[in-house]
Amino acid sequence: MANLKNIITGLLGTDAVRDAGHYPPTVPSFLVPRERFIEAARGMKKAGARLVAEWATDERKSNRGFGIYTCYSLDSEYIIISCRIPLEDPTFPSLTKKFVPAFRFERQMRSLMGVIPVGHPDPRPWIKHEDWPEDAWPLRKDFDPSRPMPRVKGEYQWIRAEGEGVYEIPVGPVHAGIIEPGHFRFQAVGEDILHLEERLGYVHKGIEKRFEALSWIEGVRLAGRVSGDTTVAHALAYCRALEAMTGSVPPERALWLRALMLERERIANHLGDIGAICNDVAFTFLLYQFSRLREVVLRTNDKLFGHRLMMDRIIPGGVTADLTPEGKEKILREANWIKKEFERLVIIYDENPSLEDRVRDAGVLLPEDARELGVVGFVARASGVGLDCRVQNPFTPYDRIIPKMTVLNCGDVHARAWVRIEEVRESLRIIGEILKGLPQGEISGCLDPPSKEGSGFAVVEGWRGEIVYWLQSGPTGGINRCMIRDPSSVNWIAVEQSIHGNIVPDFPLCNKSFNQSYSGHDL
Amino acid sequence: MLRILHQIFRTGIVTEPLPAGVEKEIKQVGAGLEEAIRRRFRRSLTIREVDAGSCNGCELEIHALNNPIYNGERFGIHFTASPRFADMLLVTGPATRNMEIALKRTYDATPPPKLVVAVGDCGCNGGIFGESYASLGGIGKIIPVDAYIPGCPPRPADLLRGILRVIS
Ligand code: SF4
Repeated sequence: MANLKNIITGLLGTDAVRDAGHYPPTVPSFLVPRERFIEAARGMKKAGARLVAEWATDERKSNRGFGIYTCYSLDSEYIIISCRIPLEDPTFPSLTKKFVPAFRFERQMRSLMGVIPVGHPDPRPWIKHEDWPEDAWPLRKDFDPSRPMPRVKGEYQWIRAEGEGVYEIPVGPVHAGIIEPGHFRFQAVGEDILHLEERLGYVHKGIEKRFEALSWIEGVRLAGRVSGDTTVAHALAYCRALEAMTGSVPPERALWLRALMLERERIANHLGDIGAICNDVAFTFLLYQFSRLREVVLRTNDKLFGHRLMMDRIIPGGVTADLTPEGKEKILREANWIKKEFERLVIIYDENPSLEDRVRDAGVLLPEDARELGVVGFVARASGVGLDCRVQNPFTPYDRIIPKMTVLNCGDVHARAWVRIEEVRESLRIIGEILKGLPQGEISGCLDPPSKEGSGFAVVEGWRGEIVYWLQSGPTGGINRCMIRDPSSVNWIAVEQSIHGNIVPDFPLCNKSFNQSYSGHDL
Repeated sequence: MLRILHQIFRTGIVTEPLPAGVEKEIKQVGAGLEEAIRRRFRRSLTIREVDAGSCNGCELEIHALNNPIYNGERFGIHFTASPRFADMLLVTGPATRNMEIALKRTYDATPPPKLVVAVGDCGCNGGIFGESYASLGGIGKIIPVDAYIPGCPPRPADLLRGILRVIS
């Protein structure tokens, strides 16, 4: 499979220069002239690829101006295409007309790096709230991140709807429940939602900038706190990108233990969220039942790995917690018990007509829209798009234990919940297989520092979906840039799209069925 | 319906009456909490949780207080949707610049006397996010804090203990 690569080299010939310092070699990275950047994008669109991520770098210290990077994917292939732009004219052609996800990526690049997507339909900042000074571009190297920024005057220009009976409901940033903050604005007529606009960025903590002040080893702690509910998958994606750069392969046992943790994280989150969806249709019985199962998983994590959410258990080169034979037994016993309890609850879920009435046909994301929006993870799989990095880009042990993917087409709240139900079952099976095949040996190996001016890429299927990390070392060998693309960065837009035609009281339920991360998006 | 009743019956009460280790502590802490809440808050301590930039890890553990195993309600702990009914604000995250105004507003909307508890390493001092253009470095930088519950994230038992400490 080298379709995308052949397309680029065929299309641009010697104008597409392969970056030899990019790893792994299976994900090629090409530098193209700015004038031909859009041509490359066109080629990718024609081939049916999706835009995975788009980001900017400040490489002025290496005399390369700013870098504009895009990552595309088709089937199991990923490719990176970049161009360089100078400080005096920091512009690049917007890809928004070809790829919907570019819409927010580019607003974010403009807001945080001060590079200008020419032809972008929406000049409003993203993540950067209006009270930031306009020329505060934190990802630029000459920005001093240690100083607080002054507040300036400014107001967000909301999209408005007018007409008889149209009214507006602003919600947030502080929501009613124990959840993360974000602002939603509805235009409605009666109960029907005409339009929903999200405004996020409230939990922007300057994570990407913070990485640049950390060592490669320290970085993993931060990666594990990008989105606390996905700490394992984020830490793993960071480590895999770093390990790709340094060419180090952790011991077999460590790889298997990583997968074990990844599946346990998936189960814990799915259990919690399925329960929460039931709660949002006022079926609290199932909330308590599912949250009880979740609690049992977390306690076992604590006992066996020393942390309920398994934070800081994955490190560059391996893992920090080993599994004793008794631990193995405990997990097996627990998995059997959960399976039994879980199946009982699933029958109750499935047989309850009042629940079904609320979750069917609510918050529908049609397959064609899902494809257009470039969504990933269970959101994609519930809308007919079969993406799962564990299947398409497996690392050990997923090359041996192949996960069965559940893909549904109806794209409603029920489909998203049901995909996750199937995934709990599948993860329980995978855990059994992992424990059966778990090899003996060390749990961590050594890691050389990455070389200067290189970059590394990795994708990991977290419970929400594909997580992408792209790391770049600078002229002195430290972290020059850490690009993070949480599934939420592409999936949030689908929440806006799926809500049209629903009624206002159904929004919490629809939103919960997506359950995207604010922190992973805002960074 | 029969299945539901059957499952309820089968599950029984899972709420921790548990002996050993931490569980014993929860029991002790719980008894203390119940007593303090009865005396000082007329049996009900109402909490408004505010995320001021957390990674969501702390939220997950605060959530766990409501699961049937910890069952915070039995000690009189209620989470409320509005700061206007709250006795206590439980605030997580390093206090991001983009949440500063919303947090101040929530604080102002909470009627006195009010208690503020900063949760997690982030809430205490900004944690790994530190102090920067985007992160102000702890809840205390924005509103007055009465107590701190460190941890990343603090376990549910630590949360209960921390809450008890501040109300007694
Ligand atoms: S203290 Fe830890 S778990 Fe809590 S918000 Fe901060 S990083 Fe996340």
